[in-house]
Amino acid sequence: MTGSFWLPDGASTLSSEIDSLFYFVTWASVILFAGVVAAIAYLAYRYRRRRGGPAPERVKPNKMVEISWVVLPTILVLIVFNWGFRLFVEQSVAPPNAYEVYVRGAMWKWDFEYPTGAVTTNELHVPVDRPVRLVMSSVDVLHSFFVPAFRVKQDVLPNRYSAVWFEATRVDTFQVFCTEYCGTGHAAMLASVITHSQGDFEAWLASAGVDEDTPLPELGAQLYEQQVCVTCHSIDGTPGIGPTLAGLYGKTETLDDGSTVVVDDDYLRESIVEPGAKVVEGYANIMSPIYGGLSERELSALIAFIREQQ
Amino acid sequence: MTQDMDRSEAAQARDAEEHPAHGDYITHAKSIGSWMFSLDHKRIGILYAVTAAIAFLAAGVFALLVRAELLLPGETFLSAQSYNQLFSLHGIVMVFGFIIPAIPGFLGNFLLPLHLGAKDVAFPRLNLFSYYLYLLGVILIVVAMVVGSVDTGWTFYTPYSARTGPAVLFLAMAVFVAGFASIFTGINFIVTVHKMRAPGMTWNRLPLFVWSIYSTSIVQVLATPVLGITVLLLFLERLLRIGIFDPALGGDPILFQHFFWFYSHPAVYIMILPGFGIVSELIATFSRQRIYGYTAIALSSVAIAMLGFLVWGHHMFVSGQSAISSIIFSLITYLIGIPSGIKVFNWIATMYKGSISFKTPMLYALSFLVLFTIGGVTGIMVGVLAVDIHLHDTYYVVGHFHYVMMGGTVIALLGGLHYWWPKVTGRLYNEVCGQIAAFLIFVGLNLTFFTQLVLGSRGMPRRYHDYLPEFTSLHQLSTIGSWVMGLGLFLVLGYLLVSLFRGKKATANPWGGATLEWTHTGVRPDPHNFHRTPFVTRGPYEFDRIGASRSETVEDHRGADPPDVALNQDRT
Repeated sequence: MTGSFWLPDGASTLSSEIDSLFYFVTWASVILFAGVVAAIAYLAYRYRRRRGGPAPERVKPNKMVEISWVVLPTILVLIVFNWGFRLFVEQSVAPPNAYEVYVRGAMWKWDFEYPTGAVTTNELHVPVDRPVRLVMSSVDVLHSFFVPAFRVKQDVLPNRYSAVWFEATRVDTFQVFCTEYCGTGHAAMLASVITHSQGDFEAWLASAGVDEDTPLPELGAQLYEQQVCVTCHSIDGTPGIGPTLAGLYGKTETLDDGSTVVVDDDYLRESIVEPGAKVVEGYANIMSPIYGGLSERELSALIAFIREQQ
Repeated sequence: MTQDMDRSEAAQARDAEEHPAHGDYITHAKSIGSWMFSLDHKRIGILYAVTAAIAFLAAGVFALLVRAELLLPGETFLSAQSYNQLFSLHGIVMVFGFIIPAIPGFLGNFLLPLHLGAKDVAFPRLNLFSYYLYLLGVILIVVAMVVGSVDTGWTFYTPYSARTGPAVLFLAMAVFVAGFASIFTGINFIVTVHKMRAPGMTWNRLPLFVWSIYSTSIVQVLATPVLGITVLLLFLERLLRIGIFDPALGGDPILFQHFFWFYSHPAVYIMILPGFGIVSELIATFSRQRIYGYTAIALSSVAIAMLGFLVWGHHMFVSGQSAISSIIFSLITYLIGIPSGIKVFNWIATMYKGSISFKTPMLYALSFLVLFTIGGVTGIMVGVLAVDIHLHDTYYVVGHFHYVMMGGTVIALLGGLHYWWPKVTGRLYNEVCGQIAAFLIFVGLNLTFFTQLVLGSRGMPRRYHDYLPEFTSLHQLSTIGSWVMGLGLFLVLGYLLVSLFRGKKATANPWGGATLEWTHTGVRPDPHNFHRTPFVTRGPYEFDRIGASRSETVEDHRGADPPDVALNQDRT
């Protein structure tokens, strides 16, 4: 077994701090426990009943002693609470640039769907040194997504999304468990997280589930539906939540800071990968950055598709 | 006034010993009907004891089977399906058949009127009715689980439990029948404590066992109805197809968890508070010392009972409830740790300047202090928001709550069982066997559950029929621990049965206890407990005044309650 006596090796940006808190509570507990046992052992020996021993003496309770064993533990637990609370906030809020993967739990397997549309089962591939946010739901009963090495766990519910995030720190394979009881196959609902360096991940993603043969504009049309661009960007000229794609290519747009930009390939690419960089006047900066996960070929395909919408 | 008390105390003991013609509560009537329809709180207590012991034996065997399957990775002798049914049976029978009713039903019934100086509980018929509801509930639970192959775990989380179909509804109904027994017992005990105290038995002269049973009763009465509401909602959902908990109908599974834990977390205090009461009695008597901080211990029970209603959400940190809720629940969870800590410190301080005897009940009380401390500090650990994310639903949690339930409640119950055994049966158990068993149970329990703490923090999820090879050695240690513990418990069963038929006859007060059941009744109490209503002039732990009271009369040679000098010659 790897790791320390208590914990497996951590492999996420937050794991070392969570471990510090775990060890702080553990050592505080060990000290308290040793004190309790020592006190019991001493008193039990010192005041054991023996022939001719002294009769029990009446003890007058000492106010200071009583107050101290209320106040000191209270201070200790408030320190622990505060530490746990601050870390919990970090654990709960994913950084805005996180790479998003959709997770579907089902009896008894895990499906992972990447922004490219690639789907893997029981194997989650992610880059290291980049925050990854998992948006999860279940198709049947409750499940729970647990990666001990990342110190993360989150229940997965039907008809509702829950999310968890982590940033892996090394390239390895990590165990995933289902930790919400889900029936006969519960113990077999296992998966692994396979982490890649940034470059390897791009390469893996490019080869995973992407069709190399489809002509770019056609692939772009598929992605337009698949990635639900259609919800915000129309192709018939009606303004939606975002600018329409009709006649967009080559147009000069006024941005919200008053400057202008000509819509070309580079601007489109930037607006897909990093939507908040240059926002067109009159529209809110609400587009999700998850499309940064699309492969180069998919980005080209989308741009080719947009170019055709005249 | 003191003179009156002394005469009354001595005269009681004399009366009790001089009127054997009527027979004590066991010998005065012998027919089966006189047991099955008895309104005597002591006999009802024994009915509870027998039923709960059978439930404990059955649920314990289920646990041993579960551990045996985990001795080796992969499927050995139980399929995943049977394994899941067995751990569900273990949990549900332990919780609803044993640990909730055991101490209040057995020792609570037997002792409450004796501790108060009363003839019986306030509503003897209601008391008998409670017992039969409990018995019916337990039988229905087992039938539903076996016939319906229930494998939901004791938590019944929706929507998985909804798939099990009508069996779970039937089971929930059965649990609620048992729940009514709990409510009625609670009402009965609350009224008894308020209205049935003997003259002079003021609130600050109540034995701490009474305070703990009183706090437990409050929780039973306030929390158990929520279980009934949940069952009703489950029925409405299934029969009228109203979406409440099942997402397929538009319901919310997290709502079910809120309902479930709103009852089940306070139920945890229903399980542990009576144990606190027993430990207070044991430590005082075997240290021959007044309880240090009586008021603090008494009121901390009440505080725990109240705060216990406000922490249920700490079971749901990763369920998807809002982060704000989790933070508030975590904070209140810490506050409830404080009164528990106060109790432990007070119990330890009680030994200071005492005269400590290491008879079996005291060994259990000391085990309790050690094991409950581990249960407490691991509870602080799982209450830490950030760390609980990692530990939730792993063996760490399993280890933690077994340290509290088994290391706390069961150990306290075993201590109480040995302590009051002479009063209940009129016989002594074998002290050497008792000490060996206490040692085996202590070692086995730590081997089983400490190993599980390590398994859990290393990432082993709970409710797994199979495990990864890296966990093998820890699982094997835990299983071996369960055998040691099982051996100890079967030894207890064995020598107690022997004692029942062949044990040495006990005296009225073999331990030198200072509460009324020791000082004011015979070897076994009479059917109506006391010949005259006791007149109480002292607290429950004034051991120096029982000896003194006897020596003022001519009775000091008669009773089994020697003064301190004699007790100090009892080398242990």
